[in-house]
Amino acid sequence: MKSVVKNTPLQALDDMLTVSNITKLYGDFAANKNIDFNILPGEIHALLGENGAGKSTLVKMLYGSLQPSSGQILWKGEPVSINSPSFARKLGIGMVFQHFSLFDALNVSENIALSLSPDLTIAEVAAKAKELSTHYGLPLNPDALIGDLSVGERQRVEIVRCLMQDPELIILDEPTSVLTPQEAEKLFKTLDILKAEGRSILFISHRLDEVRRLCDRATILRFGEVSGACDPSKETSASIARMMVGNDVNIIKKGASVSSDDVLLEASQLSQPAITPFAIELNNINFKVHSGEILGIAGVAGNGQSELFDVISGEIIADKDDNIKIRGKDVGGLSINKRRKLGASFVPEERLGHGAISQFHLSDNMLLARHQSDVVAFQRMGRIGVVWREMVEKATKRVCEIMDVRKADIDPIAASLSGGNLQKFIIGRELDRQPSVLVINQPSWGVDAGAALHIRQSIVNLAKSGSAILVISQDLDEIFELSDRITVMFDGKLSEPLDTSKTNREEIGLLMAGVGINEGKHAA
Amino acid sequence: MQPDFSIRLEKRATTSTFFAYFSPFIALIMMLIAGGMLFFLMGHNPFKALYVYFIEPLTDTWTLHELAIKSSPLILIATGLCLCFRSGNWNIGAEGQFIMGGIAGASIPVFFPEFTSFWILPLMLISGVLGGMVWALIPAILKNRFGTNEILTSLMLVYIAGHFLDWIVRGPFRNPEGFNFPGSISFSQWQVLPEVFSSGRMHYGMIFAIIGVIVVWFLLSKTMKGFEILVIGQAPRAGQFAGFSPQKTTLFVFLVSGAFAGLAGIAEVSGAIQQLRPSISPGYGFTAIIVAFLGRLNPLGIFAAGIVLALSYLGGEAVQISLNVTDKIANVFQGLLLFFVLGCDTLIHHRIRFGHSWGFIKQGVQHGTG
Repeated sequence: MKSVVKNTPLQALDDMLTVSNITKLYGDFAANKNIDFNILPGEIHALLGENGAGKSTLVKMLYGSLQPSSGQILWKGEPVSINSPSFARKLGIGMVFQHFSLFDALNVSENIALSLSPDLTIAEVAAKAKELSTHYGLPLNPDALIGDLSVGERQRVEIVRCLMQDPELIILDEPTSVLTPQEAEKLFKTLDILKAEGRSILFISHRLDEVRRLCDRATILRFGEVSGACDPSKETSASIARMMVGNDVNIIKKGASVSSDDVLLEASQLSQPAITPFAIELNNINFKVHSGEILGIAGVAGNGQSELFDVISGEIIADKDDNIKIRGKDVGGLSINKRRKLGASFVPEERLGHGAISQFHLSDNMLLARHQSDVVAFQRMGRIGVVWREMVEKATKRVCEIMDVRKADIDPIAASLSGGNLQKFIIGRELDRQPSVLVINQPSWGVDAGAALHIRQSIVNLAKSGSAILVISQDLDEIFELSDRITVMFDGKLSEPLDTSKTNREEIGLLMAGVGINEGKHAA
Repeated sequence: MQPDFSIRLEKRATTSTFFAYFSPFIALIMMLIAGGMLFFLMGHNPFKALYVYFIEPLTDTWTLHELAIKSSPLILIATGLCLCFRSGNWNIGAEGQFIMGGIAGASIPVFFPEFTSFWILPLMLISGVLGGMVWALIPAILKNRFGTNEILTSLMLVYIAGHFLDWIVRGPFRNPEGFNFPGSISFSQWQVLPEVFSSGRMHYGMIFAIIGVIVVWFLLSKTMKGFEILVIGQAPRAGQFAGFSPQKTTLFVFLVSGAFAGLAGIAEVSGAIQQLRPSISPGYGFTAIIVAFLGRLNPLGIFAAGIVLALSYLGGEAVQISLNVTDKIANVFQGLLLFFVLGCDTLIHHRIRFGHSWGFIKQGVQHGTG
């Protein structure tokens, strides 16, 4: 096997990987249809497309977790049938997933060793990992516990683990979505080294400016088919986006700021001890969100954003009643449903398992969030609480129409929707109530350009109607696009909010890396 | 690379809805095949034995009444348990809750033997329900307060209840005129749960079971409370988001299942046995777990499954009489059934893969060069 994997310069002009006329059918539905594209040795190739365009399906076939219904995959000119991820790795195809699969309680070299042959000792693995990490500019301490590492560092572990197999083609799924701009820069340097060694990279991203800078060629998918191929450096973000969504992408209309002096959501001296060993302690959080205002909380994931969301939503009760105020009322000790009844709405980060239940129908997921706030409409027979199906289904239908949720059935289960469509539903479910306070964590995380635009425009429209909105996001583009003021969360603390017009990405990026946030400088 | 002959289960990408629905029937057929082989190995004609076991008990009026008597506690207990299991609360202690229901209900005629009027029976039933609820409350509170594993606590409480019953019928509850035999006084007319029809022994326990099935079906499919139970069982984090309390749900499902088991207990003691004895259950509380899963944790399915499992008890007695086989054969059949149900369910969601990397390389090379 080893001799096949070695790269030889003779093949430099030939394809590393050729995908020829691949189709993947689920019943009558073609997730991928007649896909043709090729990856050359030593190129960074972008795979673009909206969510649901078929990128995941295609990548899963390349990595062996799915088998094509018809068509052929050629590896260095030879037809192969990639039956499993382990066979893909044997061929020389490695993959770094968007969501990491690391054990928090084990250290770096133990995590890497888990994916390798049991013949190697941990010490050998650690030595090899150290060597690779120095060579590719991915600084790592093999003895560090994963639980103590930042998201950027965890990604490095994933990349090093992938490189241990000496892959010739590396698939990176949304690698920069969790990184600060500075961390992303470091990743790009690593990618340049890999490219210089003749390795190929299949780069999946939503960030078109990144793709234009980094990638040699791009293949664009739409509705499961190849809708275009281009040299991204010769295109504009708008022209690539057009190929992705099939029409011109509008920029959201922000309009004049209408924020008033009315404070609708307020946190004061909010501190919360960590509940689990991996949770972040919240430390003296203060902010005010006014009517008509969008306050953005930027920050790298895992700095206390989820903990903050839980305590503001009431899934976890705050220490003191006056730590949190909604429309002037102390709500720190109130349940999430009492806060909803005051006019607040919440959209958590995790779609499946938190904001929605995968095996439940959309109408049941409607009931999940609104059974108390809409108790009059959704329940009958008083204390017995019989669910009024017709009303719930009517509201579900209304939300799906307004938010343009694309689905196969009238009322499908949540898991059958693509991420973007489910997110549109979850957000639409809350917007449908016309909430006066909206707290939303990662509004367009893992969502395609078209859906993200729709979501962001609805958030802006809600603010225009006088609601106070708190947006928590790792996506700096989103933060800058939406927010009137921006604050940064780092290690459970919040930086002083800055007017969006008076700051820039570099300043926020430094705050995200923890530079400049210190004790006593977090009053809002 | 070392060849690796491990066997592992791999999750299927898609599961067949057809097989998900019919797995209880497949399990039943496989149980019949395995049972037939067992009879054959024991030297009996398998077809005759299976006929005696599963068909003959359905051919007489009196055996149909016995079938109802045996199935009503199973259905009632399993219906309560399905709420527990649907919400992710593993109440394994229904047997104990059944026994305590029987004891609590029987305590009224034992302590007030003179009290004979229409009202004694409702009092006994309420007392039985409360007995089951109290016994179920213990593991629920321990789980909520200390995070104790309810599987262990509820199971251990079964043995405490069993020994408590054994002691009480030899001690404080013993019939003073019973010639020193363990057991309470025999209940008088007002203390006995009456028969439904004049044609046989079937008592009102079956009616309770039918009402219980309808109530729980309605609760689960139509009400907010049922929705809450399903949410907590499926995604606790989403339950938190919905504002549901897992603690309250645990308390609720344990209380309801305890009440159902307690009611089944007093119905059995008052209707079928008509006195308290050292043993009042052939393991109904445990068999009901099989019933609940065989019935897909759905009250209507549980009704059908309860009748099937009751038949396994009756058939066990029938083969004991006709073929001189031990009646422990009933436990074997029940065990086989549970084994095949769980096996079918596992294979619907998973496939078996032999070997680890070795198999993949061989496959890949063959395809690659072919």
